[in-house]
Amino acid sequence: MSAARESWLMRQQKKFEKNTLLLLIGILVVVAIGGIIEIVPLFYLKNTIEKVDGMRPYTPLELAGQQIYVSEGCHVCHSQMIRPLRDEVERYGHYSLAAESMYDHPFLWGSKRTGPDLARVGGKYSDEWQLQHLIDPRSVVPQSIMPPYAFLAGRPLDLSTLQDEMRALKAEGVPYTDAMIASAPADAAAQADPDSEFETMQAVYDGIAGRKGSVQIRNFDGQPGPPSEMDALIAYLQMLGTLVDFSTYQADDLKNQR
Amino acid sequence: MTVATSSRGSIDGSTFVVGFLTFCVLLFAILGVANAADWAFRVHAWMFLIAAFAGMAFLLGWHESGAAFPRFDPTYYEEGVVKAGIIATMFWGIAGFLVGLVIALQLTWPNLFYFPDFGWTNFGRMRPLHTSAVIFAFGGNALICTSFYVVQRTCRTRLAGGMWPWFVFWGYQLFIVIAGTGYLMGVTQSKEYAEPEWYADIWLAIVWVTYLGVFVATLLKRREPHIYVANWFYLAFIVTIAMLHIINNLSLPANLFGSKSFSLASGVQSALIQWWYGHNAVGFFLTAGFLAMMYYFIPKRADRPVWSYRLSIVHFWSLIFIYIWAGPHHLHYTALPQWAQTLGMTFSIMLWMPSWGGMINGLMTLSGAWDKLRTDPVLRMLVVSVAFYGMATFEGPVMSVREVNALSHYTDWGIGHVHSGALGWVGFVTFGAMYCLTQWVWKREKLYSTALVEWHFWIASLGVVLYITSMWVSGIMEGLMWRAYNQFGFLEYSFIETVSAKHVEYIVRAAGGGLYLTGALIMIYNLVRTARGDVPVEDRRRSSQPPTLQPAE
Amino acid sequence: MTYEHWSHFAQTWGMIYFVVIFIAAFGYALWPANRKRFDEAARAPITEKERGDDRPLA
Repeated sequence: MSAARESWLMRQQKKFEKNTLLLLIGILVVVAIGGIIEIVPLFYLKNTIEKVDGMRPYTPLELAGQQIYVSEGCHVCHSQMIRPLRDEVERYGHYSLAAESMYDHPFLWGSKRTGPDLARVGGKYSDEWQLQHLIDPRSVVPQSIMPPYAFLAGRPLDLSTLQDEMRALKAEGVPYTDAMIASAPADAAAQADPDSEFETMQAVYDGIAGRKGSVQIRNFDGQPGPPSEMDALIAYLQMLGTLVDFSTYQADDLKNQR
Repeated sequence: MTVATSSRGSIDGSTFVVGFLTFCVLLFAILGVANAADWAFRVHAWMFLIAAFAGMAFLLGWHESGAAFPRFDPTYYEEGVVKAGIIATMFWGIAGFLVGLVIALQLTWPNLFYFPDFGWTNFGRMRPLHTSAVIFAFGGNALICTSFYVVQRTCRTRLAGGMWPWFVFWGYQLFIVIAGTGYLMGVTQSKEYAEPEWYADIWLAIVWVTYLGVFVATLLKRREPHIYVANWFYLAFIVTIAMLHIINNLSLPANLFGSKSFSLASGVQSALIQWWYGHNAVGFFLTAGFLAMMYYFIPKRADRPVWSYRLSIVHFWSLIFIYIWAGPHHLHYTALPQWAQTLGMTFSIMLWMPSWGGMINGLMTLSGAWDKLRTDPVLRMLVVSVAFYGMATFEGPVMSVREVNALSHYTDWGIGHVHSGALGWVGFVTFGAMYCLTQWVWKREKLYSTALVEWHFWIASLGVVLYITSMWVSGIMEGLMWRAYNQFGFLEYSFIETVSAKHVEYIVRAAGGGLYLTGALIMIYNLVRTARGDVPVEDRRRSSQPPTLQPAE
Repeated sequence: MTYEHWSHFAQTWGMIYFVVIFIAAFGYALWPANRKRFDEAARAPITEKERGDDRPLA
């Protein structure tokens, strides 16, 4: 093969490579710029998340309940995002704020309401109703199409992974302290047992919330003994939407307009 | 160029590296089995271990047997991995459609297939199994296998990378199994279409970057001056999915040997990142990738070039440029700042134009050859898919308008919209491509039965129509019921009344899904008979006719 | 960073970015000199060698 011919081949080869890589880079630039411009400001614009009173990280029992909520796929059929539309606010309560999901890694807003929104389900029904409804939904709501979750009642809550989970969340910015993490398993058990010494954990979490009564201490599933997965899930549901103090929230304040 | 006819004992470089990688996976899996913090992680560690062991055993056996197996001969196209891809596509397709039918029946008759004592088959776990099976297992395998075929043919060169394409294929199947079994065991990140947990995500990232490498390396060694436009779409799909997958799945595992992780972003930021991902999973996985199929299989099957190559270039750049911004329309009226919602809506409406540009280009490729639609049901399937694409991409921008979205969001309308795209567009274009490919890679003159393709076409079309019309009705009905007020100014309906009102529509929807599945089963029968090389039905009938009965000339 | 800064940036530089991208895409597609290349490329799927060939790439 002559030298001239070889160099022509090499030139062609270079051009092919250049075209492929140009295409690759062109695609990357176009799609990356769009993503960056849309997403990055959300982390830096100061008014992305409203200033509210009452938000606190979830207690260990509530956090465990949230993990069960995710694991069972509750978010598949239930949203946690009330839109500022008249009928939704009347049906479910105050529209949801960004601040209310600031400790959810990730968010659980959902995209489908095969069942009703749960953003403010906390306190709407009794523990007994929630328990019976989860065990056999159609025994409480005959036309319901929800699956049964009876198995949660008999299953003791695994407290061994809680501390790891809280450590990970702390690393991501959730304000758990080392002391809160250290006492997490005991705190989880205490929240589901009104006869226990729950005062310390209640004071710690109420302290962050800045008000008394943000932590509900009850035997949620009504069963004696260590907390079950049912305890955790009901504790989480009964907390949902109850944290933010709307008596001090200024919806019309310019700082809260987004 | 030397032909790779390596003798027994020598080992191809790519095989060696794949073997080494498999060995590393084996070591990690052993560590995982030994240290697992929860039982689901242990089960998954065992799966990785078994898969890696099987991979090692196969590679060693393959190596030892020497010439008995085909080597990576550059004078041939790599069609083995395409054949495997066709089988995987159809297998996972049936699995995904079946799970979809089951969950549709569960919503219709809620005592069906629920076991109060364990949650394995509950809707919340089965629904991600259905969506992942059809999108990633059925759609993903279709994309990987057609892209491997198309890039070789249009570049006139063998797939690059020796053993690597096989690594991509089997690695992807392993990801599917890990993801699917994870959902059933309750292992999920909760993010739609990004449910698999961190270790499955890392594994997919490795497989996907390898896929990108194989694809780009094949483009680089092409023996054609031009990169055909289908490859542009495939490349955009592969690169963008890599970016989306990695960024959306940035998370911190609670335990290095546990199945639980927490996403780095929280609340509103995680919502935007998720739907930036989620909508572009539609835009780049279910649209760009399948448009690549359209741009190859329709011209090829119709035997005429694409209507306007210039339009395809404008289509390409405007589509990928606009799509990437459209995600926030999934978050209308939520706690996402309104500027982001408006941005998402604006771009979603603009997206209508490039989408219809692509549709017109696909349909007009048939201009002057419309008669082929009557005689070739495979081509008809491909063309009808483009029509469904046009319909879904008109409906999408409409639903992205805030005021429409206020009604449609959270309702079955969304489910109907998704399925007009998924069943009509993605499903039909895949079916068309699989009919073509089976015939082509198994080197058959024609399909086993054209009549069965006709049956498949009409049964599946009826299924799609039933599905989407029932979901339109139920979605709009429940949206209107949610916001209905009575004469005293109170909400007219309790939530449960809006649930029970949809019962009939749910029956129709399940029937539609059942028909669609039936069509796919007919297809599989047809494909198997074709691949086996059975005498086509139409030929058999002709040859069995006594000569005396033939009409006079 | 405030919303005002951001929207100002988007309405100026963002606008320019969009216009440039669209002009580039249309310009490339409609440039007369590219016509021959595109016509050739468009025929790539239908001019490939016969299937079933024993050694298609030899």
